[in-house]
Amino acid sequence: MADSVVYLYAVTDAAPAEERTDEPVLAGVDGVPVRRVVSGDLAAVVSSVDPTRFSEEALRRSLEDLQWLERTARAHDAVVAGVARSGPVAPVRLATVYLDDENVHALLDERAAEFTAALDRIRGRTEWGVKGFAVRSEGDTSPQVTEDSKPGTAYLMRRRAERDRAARGLQDAAEAAEAVHQEMSALAVASRRYQPQDPRLSGRHEEMVLNVAYLVNEAGAEALRRLVGQQGGQNLRLELTGPWAPYSFATLEEQA
Amino acid sequence: MSVVPDRDVALVDLLDRLLTGGVVITGDITISLADVDLVHVSLRALISSVETLIEQ
Repeated sequence: MADSVVYLYAVTDAAPAEERTDEPVLAGVDGVPVRRVVSGDLAAVVSSVDPTRFSEEALRRSLEDLQWLERTARAHDAVVAGVARSGPVAPVRLATVYLDDENVHALLDERAAEFTAALDRIRGRTEWGVKGFAVRSEGDTSPQVTEDSKPGTAYLMRRRAERDRAARGLQDAAEAAEAVHQEMSALAVASRRYQPQDPRLSGRHEEMVLNVAYLVNEAGAEALRRLVGQQGGQNLRLELTGPWAPYSFATLEEQA
Repeated sequence: MSVVPDRDVALVDLLDRLLTGGVVITGDITISLADVDLVHVSLRALISSVETLIEQ
C-alpha cells in the first residue's frame, strides 16, 4: 500500500506562485500542510493523508464517530476558508480521497470546463446562511375558564389553548419566513434551501422554520445583513451565518 | 506552520454544507452518497444518544 493517499479540499484558480507568496501555509486534516496540484488554469488544494485511516472501510467507520467528523469537518472548512481569502473556491464534499496526485491531475483535466464554469459562477460572491426560528409568543395565557369549571376541565382547556397558540405561532412564523425568503431571494444570485435542523442538533428550543443559503455579491451581502437586522416580525427570529465559501453553489451538476 | 484558528461556526451548519453541499466527485476511494445520507441520519441518532447520556 502507498505511504499516503490524497485528500482533496477544493478547486481554485491556479494563480501564479509569485502572487501567493504571502499566503500562510494552511494546515489540513491531521495538521498536515496543504499543497496544490496544478493543471492549466486550475489548482486542486490537497494534502497527504494516512491510507489506512482513509480507506473506504475506515472512512465508513470514522464518519460515524462524531469527534472524528467534527475534527475533519473543521479542518476541511479551515482550508476552504483559507483558500477563499485569495480567490474563488469550489469546495469539494467532505472525505473525497484520491490515490495519488496523478489522479487529481486527471480530474482537473477531464472536468476543466465544469470547474471553470463553477468558479466563474461564484467569483466575487459569497454564501450566507439565514436561519429562522419560531418565537413563542408570551401573553394571552388566560384561557376562557369560568368560575365553576372543574379543576380538571380548566387544566385541559388551558392545555388546549396552549397547544392552539403554539400551532398558530408556528404557522405565523412559517408564513413570515416565506415572506423573508422571497425578499432575500430577490437580493441573491441564487438560493438553496436546507432541511430545518433538528432541535437536538441546533441545540435550540425554538422550532426552525427557515434554513437557506444565499449566494450574493457584495451589495447583496450588505442588503441581506440589513434585512436580517430588521428581523422578520414578532413571530420570527432570524440568524445570519457567514460569509461561507460557496459550499451550496459551487456544484458541477447544475451545469447539466 | 501557521494554523488558521477555528471560526465560530456551529458544527451542524458546517455539516449541512459539507455533507450535502460541495462539489460531488467520485474519488478513488468512494463512499456512496447513500452512505453519507445515512451518516446524517445516524449522526442524529448519535447526538440524541449523547444528550441522553448527559441527561442521565
